[in-house]
Amino acid sequence: MYNAKVTVRQKKGLLDPQGVAIGGALRSLGYSQVSEVKVGKFIEIALKAKDKKEAEKKVEEMCKKLLANPVIEVYSYEIDLSAEVLTKAGEAPQK
Amino acid sequence: MKFGVVVFPGSNCDYDCYNAVKRVFKQPVEFIWHAGSKLDHFDCIILPGGFSYGDYLRTGAIARFSNIMDSVIRFARAGGLVIGICNGFQILTEAGLLPGALQRNKSLKFLCKYVHLRCESNKTPFTNKFKKGQVVRIPIAHGEGNFTVDEKTLKEIENNKQVIFRYCDEKGRVSDASNPNGSMAGIAGICNKKRNVLGMMPHPERCCEALFGSEDGKLIFRSILRKD
Repeated sequence: MYNAKVTVRQKKGLLDPQGVAIGGALRSLGYSQVSEVKVGKFIEIALKAKDKKEAEKKVEEMCKKLLANPVIEVYSYEIDLSAEVLTKAGEAPQK
Repeated sequence: MKFGVVVFPGSNCDYDCYNAVKRVFKQPVEFIWHAGSKLDHFDCIILPGGFSYGDYLRTGAIARFSNIMDSVIRFARAGGLVIGICNGFQILTEAGLLPGALQRNKSLKFLCKYVHLRCESNKTPFTNKFKKGQVVRIPIAHGEGNFTVDEKTLKEIENNKQVIFRYCDEKGRVSDASNPNGSMAGIAGICNKKRNVLGMMPHPERCCEALFGSEDGKLIFRSILRKD
């Protein structure tokens, strides 16, 4: 089993009203250091694949097809063997 | 003319569309469950408003992959009339039948109110009964209607006269003040290049009877039916 951590962000240059509102809230709490906040999505996926390469190929497809909308979003991801498999193999989790 | 209203889990304007077609315009109309696939015997498909699949991930993102959408895409490519209203518009952009995307309203508020729209082109099967530049009053009800597209595509759709409706004031003036949701260029509705697919955030089906405060929505249905 593999574990994919997908981050979907809004494209640069687009207005993110949620980020603006959260930035305003942080500043009103006294965090005057805050100059900008952007809100994105974090999606975690457990998937079966014969190796990491295959897992990457599948996750790339998922991002293109469904998880991100290329008109307004960009995506990135990290893929690792899931903790469960690592425990069985007696290995320490590795990046 | 035979109409089909697609019903997704979470659609909630399906009955409004059905009612407008059936009771106001006395036309044959059927609901089409999203799991179906047959559209051969319809002349016009309506993708209604609502919150298909709870708006999870992005509005329209999951509905776009429901079984019926392959048929809707084929139907549209063959020249059939498709109109997406509100969530229907969002689904059409996700499906790639219309350019752009609908983002969260600039104000972050869900907006439910009457707005004024200016008809930018009456050269579509959905607007042929409008006068060019005609101002109509049609309600909106959405949290994510902020039309966004890259600069190049925006130029393209402006040049091709694919912008069909813009938010305006009662005199037809388009400005930031008349733009309820932050849409680029005040865009409220667009069509595809072939002009047989229309997406719009405002709800014409909600204003086809005087009781509802406006009958301006009738112009869209009269255009589709080519009826005065």
